[in-house]
Amino acid sequence: MTTTTRKTSHFFNLQDTLFKYFLIACSVLVVALLIAIFYFLYQDALPAISYNGWNILTGMTWNTNLGVFGALPVILGTLATGGIATLIAIPLSLAIAIFYTEYTPHRFRLPLRVFIDLLAAVPSIVYGFWALQVLLPIAKINVMLPLVTYLGFIPIFSGPAEGASIFLAIIILTIMVIPIITAISIEILAKTPIALKEGMTSLGATKWETVRHVGLPFARLGIFAGVILGLGRALGETMAVTLIIGNTFNWPFHSVSLFSTGDTVTSWITNEFPEAVGLDAASLFELALILLIITLAVNLIARTIINRVSKGRFS
Amino acid sequence: MRLLSRKHTEILVKILCIVVTIVVISPLLWIIGKVIYTGLPAWNWNFFTTIIGPPESSTSGIGPAIEGTFIMNGIACLFGIPLGIFTGIYLAEYAHDSIFASVIRTAVESMAGVPSLIMGLFAAALIVENLNRNQPTALAGSFALGLMIIPLVARATEESMRVVSNDIREAAIALGIPKWRRTLQIVVGIASGGIISGALLAFARISGETAPLLFTAYFNDFWPTGVNQAMASLQVYIYNNALQPYSAAIANAWGAALLLILIVLGINIIVRIFIRPKYQEGF
Amino acid sequence: MLYIIIAVVVVIIVAVAAYVVINNHSTTPPTNNTLPAATLLGGGSSFAAPIMQTWTSDFYFANNQVQITYESLSSGKGQAALENNTFQFAGSDPPISVAQAQAYPNITQVIETCGGVTLSYNLPGIHSGLNLTAQVIAEIFQLNITKWNDPQIEALNPGLNLPDQTIAPIHRSDSSGTTNIFTNYLNDASNGTWVLGVGTSPSIFPTSEASGSGNGGVATLVNETTYSIGYIEFFYVASTGISYANIQNQAGEFVTPSLATIDAAVVAGAPLVQQNISTLIVNLPGSGVYPISSFTYVWLYKDLGYLSNGQATDLVNFLSWCVNKAQGDGPALYYPELPSSIVTLDNNILGNITYNGAAIKIYPANAP
Repeated sequence: MTTTTRKTSHFFNLQDTLFKYFLIACSVLVVALLIAIFYFLYQDALPAISYNGWNILTGMTWNTNLGVFGALPVILGTLATGGIATLIAIPLSLAIAIFYTEYTPHRFRLPLRVFIDLLAAVPSIVYGFWALQVLLPIAKINVMLPLVTYLGFIPIFSGPAEGASIFLAIIILTIMVIPIITAISIEILAKTPIALKEGMTSLGATKWETVRHVGLPFARLGIFAGVILGLGRALGETMAVTLIIGNTFNWPFHSVSLFSTGDTVTSWITNEFPEAVGLDAASLFELALILLIITLAVNLIARTIINRVSKGRFS
Repeated sequence: MRLLSRKHTEILVKILCIVVTIVVISPLLWIIGKVIYTGLPAWNWNFFTTIIGPPESSTSGIGPAIEGTFIMNGIACLFGIPLGIFTGIYLAEYAHDSIFASVIRTAVESMAGVPSLIMGLFAAALIVENLNRNQPTALAGSFALGLMIIPLVARATEESMRVVSNDIREAAIALGIPKWRRTLQIVVGIASGGIISGALLAFARISGETAPLLFTAYFNDFWPTGVNQAMASLQVYIYNNALQPYSAAIANAWGAALLLILIVLGINIIVRIFIRPKYQEGF
Repeated sequence: MLYIIIAVVVVIIVAVAAYVVINNHSTTPPTNNTLPAATLLGGGSSFAAPIMQTWTSDFYFANNQVQITYESLSSGKGQAALENNTFQFAGSDPPISVAQAQAYPNITQVIETCGGVTLSYNLPGIHSGLNLTAQVIAEIFQLNITKWNDPQIEALNPGLNLPDQTIAPIHRSDSSGTTNIFTNYLNDASNGTWVLGVGTSPSIFPTSEASGSGNGGVATLVNETTYSIGYIEFFYVASTGISYANIQNQAGEFVTPSLATIDAAVVAGAPLVQQNISTLIVNLPGSGVYPISSFTYVWLYKDLGYLSNGQATDLVNFLSWCVNKAQGDGPALYYPELPSSIVTLDNNILGNITYNGAAIKIYPANAP
């Protein structure tokens, strides 16, 4: 107010301005930290970037003694385990989301929602440890070995199956991705305009038909964003995978079998980093930088879509 | 040509959805059940109070790991929660669709997507390598964990504050309350439930993160005597023991996993059942 | 409701703080013979881990403020961590190589213990009595012998009913000193059959073979994978009931790994090591000698001036205690006691470790 003569309003302005700039400073600090992540990874990766060239992305062997650092098998391992896990998770998550929005009686909604969120909350090391101790022996005897015996002539099911495998990693990643996709699908499906749903019901449609013809098409963009978000989580997962994937460069160039051991970028870095010196360590930082770029790109795509959807633009 | 009548399709879909839901929820119950069943026998007074000894010894304890987890989580919260809250406040109240605001928002959301291993490598590169002459330090581990808290808390803060109806803000303006007080005391006061639940969930989330601690805090068999040293943690303890062939090591790892799950799922249940429903719309 | 939650959280935090304070309460009054308080971090060789971790634990109970943590990883990881100063000492089965001595002239080594590497296997029904020679082992790991009932294995084991199953060899996935011992043994003893070379690297082995992390990881894998075979340090298999084979030594006998036979190798090899500390003691001649035996080393810096005074004193005292006073703990864990000639060698090396040029005091409780 320009006509005021009270000292206090200037003082309030000062307080307000200070507070505002304090908040801005905090926010800028957060941005600076994000940039710092890139910067420090890049710094430590620098010697390797020029040394490796494209080999880091196309090379198939990583041999410290020979100075060869090719990470294609582990990059493919990350993309394959994350991608297949997400693909398998999509129908399962949708089924749960549809069940939640359409078929669950109201008093069961909170417990169901809590269960889904708890699935997402279990620490990844506990997932990995449980998968190693409980899931691995059971899956090996009841799923992998029979499949090898009966379908072993198909390359992706060929033996030997020792337990630690790409297959097991896919299973555990699926379990971890489902709650993410489910949560977002539930939110988006709940935003289906009531008018459309009521219209379908008044025409005599069953709940499934309503969902199928109105809910899902309406929500498909948001669900897609949720899927991408889940993919981002799966690509960056470390501990759940490290214990059960076998840690070799076997897959996919020596054996395409899903039951062979393999590696992902994250578990490779975890295992190799403590013994890496010099160019080996720098190459690992380079690999980490590549992973960071991939996961951030995936996440940003998802969030852009979510932002558009929540602002009301559904196509 | 329809295979099934519409009525039967409906029933089939309903059954399928129920089956899928049960199949997907069962690993959760299985894990919780297994952890309780195998972990509980390992719990005794000795387990919680002794130092970590050789893995094959059944008299080893996890005392230092418990203390280490709490210390590192505590420091992480100390610097991550305030930073997250203030960033969230900025985004909710002060940012007005400018480019600057969208940069901040993108940064916060990107940070949420950074894999925990990368946070750990960053903390290792920044603190352990550059500032600490390569000595392991729990501070670096806490730093990495704190970075993971920031986006979670910022998001929770922003969402909770947006939900506060504008009537309150307008009433505050009418009373002549300066903006900073209006934001801090009134709006944050109302949103505090959402903010606190966000903070608690973030705490639970970082309690389970192992990768950031591997190359920063390494491990330590003994009770912490300071924060600028290697420190044990429950997560790394489980990881170290997971690959041991000794039954005592595995049994102790289950015991540690039980404690971890109790803390993490306990916080999650409390927040989601008791606090969240009051503060979220559309439940 | 909210305030109840906050109250509960505050109570939990206060309880944890109290727990912390109570447990950090030291009960040992300091005396002139007490070592200064310090924290040290080291690690590496999983071959030596069982005894090293027992020693660090016992040393802590004897000297309440000395906290030395040994991480069981692999020799390669220990070496790398020592070289970049993350660890203050490293357990390494391979001695310092010529190239490493040139790159890091300030690192020295002492021998803290010795042990054996077994060939462990998982054959249902056959828990002992399997005889193997270096040639056969080499061919198994080179994937030239693929079945348990291969004629070459059967020829060595006429009394056993070997199954018609594919052998699953398991090696170390990390940069391992145990691999170094194993490959050197094969190189020495297999009469040229082993052609894949020696060293610590997992890339020595064919990529399609399974691998595990640390001796513990390989032991777990062998335990779980029927028809597998792996090379594992003796303690890991003796304490978990995994079967291990009798290996033919230079004298032609099939020797069962045991404290006595590993000790025979150690005694036979001590004079060689006295002359050159880097000598490997695999495949030594003599009766009753277990051919896959080895000394293992602790690497540290010659001048510990970069550490605090307390840390340097504690480290040297700890090593001196291990070498002079604590060898008696070894046999229970299948690590023979060091021969006195090696102990003397170690004491000379420890005596030459300095702190900014000055000698480091070794307390009577830890001295020879």
